[in-house]
Amino acid sequence: MALLLSAPAFAGWEPAKPVEIVVAAGAGGASDQMARMMQAAIQKNNLMKQPIVVSLKGGASGAEALMYMKSGEGDPNKVLIAYSLIYMLPLSAKIPFNWRELTPVSVIALDQFVLWDNSAGPKTVKEFVAAAKAASAPFKMGGTGSKREDHVLTVFLEQKTGAKFSYLPYKSGGEAATQLVGNHTESNVNNPSENLEVWRAGQVRPLCVFDKERIAYTSKVTDTQSWADIPTCKEEGVDVQYLMLRAMFLPGKVTPEQQAFYVELFHKVTQTAEYKDYMEKQALKPIFLTGKDMVQFLEEDDATNKSLMTEAGFVAK
Amino acid sequence: MEAFGLLLHGFAVLLTWKTLALMMVGLVLGIFVGVLPGLGGPNGVAILLPLTFTMDPTSAIVMLSCIYWGALFGGAITSILFNIPGEAWSVATTFDGYPMAQQGKAAEALTAAFTSSFIGSLVAVLLITFLAPMISSFALKFGPPEFFAVYLLTFCSFVGLGREAKHKTVISMSLGLLLAGVGMDTVSGQLRMTFGSSELLRGINFLVAVIGLFGISEILLTMEERLALRGHAASISLRVVLSVWKDLPKYWVTLLRSSFIGCWLGITPGGAIAASFMGYNLAKRFSKDPESFGKGRIEGVFAPETAAHASGTAALLPMLALGIPGSGTAAILLGGLMVWGLNPGPLLFVEHKDFVWGLIASMYLGNVVGLVLVLTTVPIFASILRVPFAAVAPMIVVSCAIGAYAIQNAMFDIWLMLGFGVVGYVFKKIGIPLAPFTLALVLGNRAEDAFRLSMIGSGGDLKVFWSNSLVGSITTLAIVLLFWPAIEKVARRIL
Repeated sequence: MALLLSAPAFAGWEPAKPVEIVVAAGAGGASDQMARMMQAAIQKNNLMKQPIVVSLKGGASGAEALMYMKSGEGDPNKVLIAYSLIYMLPLSAKIPFNWRELTPVSVIALDQFVLWDNSAGPKTVKEFVAAAKAASAPFKMGGTGSKREDHVLTVFLEQKTGAKFSYLPYKSGGEAATQLVGNHTESNVNNPSENLEVWRAGQVRPLCVFDKERIAYTSKVTDTQSWADIPTCKEEGVDVQYLMLRAMFLPGKVTPEQQAFYVELFHKVTQTAEYKDYMEKQALKPIFLTGKDMVQFLEEDDATNKSLMTEAGFVAK
Repeated sequence: MEAFGLLLHGFAVLLTWKTLALMMVGLVLGIFVGVLPGLGGPNGVAILLPLTFTMDPTSAIVMLSCIYWGALFGGAITSILFNIPGEAWSVATTFDGYPMAQQGKAAEALTAAFTSSFIGSLVAVLLITFLAPMISSFALKFGPPEFFAVYLLTFCSFVGLGREAKHKTVISMSLGLLLAGVGMDTVSGQLRMTFGSSELLRGINFLVAVIGLFGISEILLTMEERLALRGHAASISLRVVLSVWKDLPKYWVTLLRSSFIGCWLGITPGGAIAASFMGYNLAKRFSKDPESFGKGRIEGVFAPETAAHASGTAALLPMLALGIPGSGTAAILLGGLMVWGLNPGPLLFVEHKDFVWGLIASMYLGNVVGLVLVLTTVPIFASILRVPFAAVAPMIVVSCAIGAYAIQNAMFDIWLMLGFGVVGYVFKKIGIPLAPFTLALVLGNRAEDAFRLSMIGSGGDLKVFWSNSLVGSITTLAIVLLFWPAIEKVARRIL
């Protein structure tokens, strides 16, 4: 084994040990679902000889996974499925982590955010904002975690509409979804995948999507609506936009051959039927960025997130 | 009666040689992972999940749920024989199960544990079969105040109904609450009590603590007694099994009460652990001879096992109907469902009838087959006790260490486990009960989050805990139980 590891890397490197997909969130969340989809896509299509396992490191709101990747320097058998926490956690909780210390592999998708309310609640964004303003007690907005994407979006909603929300940080998007169905909160800003099932069951209503254009998928999700039928928030007069990356990273200090293997692997994953099916079902934006394009994307995305976090007042001093 | 027809259909889906074979394989694997402390249901299911990717969803879920049943049965084995709970909810089983084993009644204790697991799960499955649609709407009634009220009820019943000195229970519970606070705080998004260590980021894992507190400390105590624990003559036969079963009707109140508590808390997410403790405490409280609990009373095995398994089973219901996993294992199963292209949620019962009823039918079959399997292997497990302690102890320590490591693949956790071993040893020496500590460690975080979310929602108004009849009655019951000894005294004087 030691011999294998110390042997010089050669072109056409392949993992000699089982590969771990590290998930920075709990079981059943969007990251976990995506990791399991990739695990299935790789195994069913024989894209790799070694088995692939999903390891959940959702402790400390995902910080556990980041520190785990950081300490795995030089280990080519761990890939992180990252999302915006790589920018936000170091700012809000002062975690000693910088994504530039990891090796970028590829950006594989962009995730949307949608404003939802209970299906018994207001029917349009206008009515929703009016109801929030008229409410005597603050309107309750459920979300995942504190000082993260959902919380940031809530702050910007407040700034753009003048309504006041009290933000309730739950442990997962799934929990935020059921709490909305049970009428314990008035709204949430879940990703499509997190609210899909309760939407199909007619228990929640999508009000608008936080993107500059509508979601592209036009096949019906409920009896009457498709993802493309949801207006953008801008159309509805609330100009708040946010997209979240879903990207793969290796630990720092791996060889270019090892990096190349994974770029190729995940490129193949994006060609599989499993991936395409998953993108459509969960209303994700397909994208594939790697190399210089990816780094440029990350730098810009980092800057955007940093300014949002600063503006929202979430940067720890 | 529609449910009955659908259930028969479910059995028809299942009864093929292939599914039955998968069932046996799943059960044996499950018992195996259940016996290893710390590995337990969630890890076992997670490790074996990829095996099922190539199967059709029904066969896959049958196999996985049988691993789950096996792990539930297996968890009781180490609790009773070595005082090491394999699963968090087996903790309460050690209170009387281990003393029984020490008195040479290991076989009775194991039989009792398996039988009551079976009864608890059976009651919960019956409930799932006939009440599924209604129950999912009940679970939706739970917002932060309701969750907090349930946790409060668990804590209060511990203090009020426990037989230990109240101050010692409170000390133990407070220490547990303190340690539960280590790590990331969800509500503020800040780190607490990590002192800059990245090992402490993820907080203190409950199972690591439990393995140390119960398993390692027990080894230390036994060593002190100069390896006094030697082989017990653990001969058992069908006779023992039958004699335990003959006594069953005597305990029908305990069994029924525990099943009820288990089902109720299982549907409330995260309740399995609370259920086993509550089942145990209530049995002790309402017993005519509470002093004999903790010294090897068979009822002390029946009560927690029935409750834990009723709730472990009932926990699958919110997972299927709402997509909220009620336990760690249910969370992994949830991940599995998604891989097979099934989305848990309100529509699952409508769109995938074959799957849902196949699963429910497999709960019945898996349980019956599991019971027969574990009972026939009781002699093998009980014979472990005949091996001299000096030979078993190192193996136990090693398997504890593997278990602690496997939970999060962290070397640090092994040191933590050893640390907790010493803490457990000291606690036992100075007579501080361990159970309130472990309970607080596992529920502390959730209780705190639920409390703070309720406060954010209500703008800091405590009246929210009496804002509707559901939360109001749970909160009131909690406070009554907390002051129960005083209330009882006053009531006696008046009457």
